[in-house]
Amino acid sequence: MEAITFAEAWSNLVLLGPEIWQACLETALMLGIGLSAAVLLGGPLGVWLYLAQPGQILANRFVAGLLGWLVNLVRSFPFIILMVSLVPLTRLIVGSTIGPVAAAVPLSFAAIPYFARLVEQTLREVPRGVVEAAEAMGASPLQIVFKVLLREARAGLVNALTILTISFLSYSAVAGVVGGGGIGDLAIRYGYYRFQSEVMLAMVLLLVVVVQIIQLGGNYLAARLDKR
Amino acid sequence: MIHLNNVSKRFRHPDGGWFDAVRATTLSIAEGEIFGLIGFSGAGKSTLLRLINLLERPEAGAVLVDGQDLTRLSASELRRARQNIGMVFQQFNLLANRTVAENVAFPLEIAGWNRADIALRVAECLEVVGLTDRAEHYPAQLSGGQKQRVGIARALAPRPKVILADEPTSALDPKTTQSVLQCLADINARFGVTIVLVTHEMGVVRAICQRAALLDGGSVVEVMDVKQGEVQALSSAARDMLEAA
Repeated sequence: MEAITFAEAWSNLVLLGPEIWQACLETALMLGIGLSAAVLLGGPLGVWLYLAQPGQILANRFVAGLLGWLVNLVRSFPFIILMVSLVPLTRLIVGSTIGPVAAAVPLSFAAIPYFARLVEQTLREVPRGVVEAAEAMGASPLQIVFKVLLREARAGLVNALTILTISFLSYSAVAGVVGGGGIGDLAIRYGYYRFQSEVMLAMVLLLVVVVQIIQLGGNYLAARLDKR
Repeated sequence: MIHLNNVSKRFRHPDGGWFDAVRATTLSIAEGEIFGLIGFSGAGKSTLLRLINLLERPEAGAVLVDGQDLTRLSASELRRARQNIGMVFQQFNLLANRTVAENVAFPLEIAGWNRADIALRVAECLEVVGLTDRAEHYPAQLSGGQKQRVGIARALAPRPKVILADEPTSALDPKTTQSVLQCLADINARFGVTIVLVTHEMGVVRAICQRAALLDGGSVVEVMDVKQGEVQALSSAARDMLEAA
């Protein structure tokens, strides 16, 4: 491979501009679906997992064991294997196995238990006494969840979502390789298969910047929400 | 106002054995009284207090508060009954992400009050405990004594007939202790709220209680009168324990 000048590299990237933009949109779509599923399904699952622990308000050894086992089961799959094994399900739900929407199915599948575990861990930081005070005041389990647990843990929950987003940004790159599209896919196709290292480099730099922005944004929001 | 009828409670040790926290105990607390539960640590005084609002459910016996046997209520009936029983904690247990005013509003939100009534009642209660100027602060910005006064305002907000106070001054210095006790005594005098107070300090009993039960090993040794700041123990067992304390 011959070295190219900076000017040549830049003009290659400019030529790829529309495709890079397209890849960004695909990544955003995959992440958007995956994270929404994680929050909407994994969030409640995490709350339930927490409440079912011994000593909590919905303590149930059987439920806690079953939910914990399920979460661990899905989380123990290497992502690429999860993706391949979910191909039939993906085809059933989306009607296709390629494209960002199809890739979002295994992403969601992986993100739901991941976020559930993060939520459960975060809720453990809420002091037991505060929950007990709410019980003593006659709060119902739903009121305890929304008015006490989620509110008291809100900064930690933002941190959990930040971790989830960054992890799944890189998972989405893996999903891209098997036909999902997105930034990771673009980096592999041009940077690896066509030996255009400048594309690989540019995509990695782009991801570095995006990760920094997500982390800074998450930290800022968590600090604003934390009054402890 | 409160009748504990033969209540008992035991806990399981991690090693499988049982610990009798409260042995069959009968106790009556009159309306408008400030009643102390005193004893060494492990005597069962906190457990006994927590039996009154069923934070601990007794193995046997009846818990009557304001004529209602709490042990016979359904979960939702018990929640409604608890709105009539305020509670104050040693560690305050305020909601850290809510302002002082929002903390006091919390039991009212739970009880389904409307916004306008909540705002009025919160202002009243903060006035009673002298924290009107701290309404928009967060608990982390307050001193220990101020936090406990927020805890008292919160307990008072739903106009309860009973307030249970679990070691309310044990995390506070002596001077702050006096102001918090004064605050409780005020509330008792102004609103006729029955107060049950757990403490390990005789000074607290002498300062504000009219009667106090001395507990040891999960049983009541004696229910003592407090007159002119002096605890009147009749039994020798009680006198021996008070000497030791």
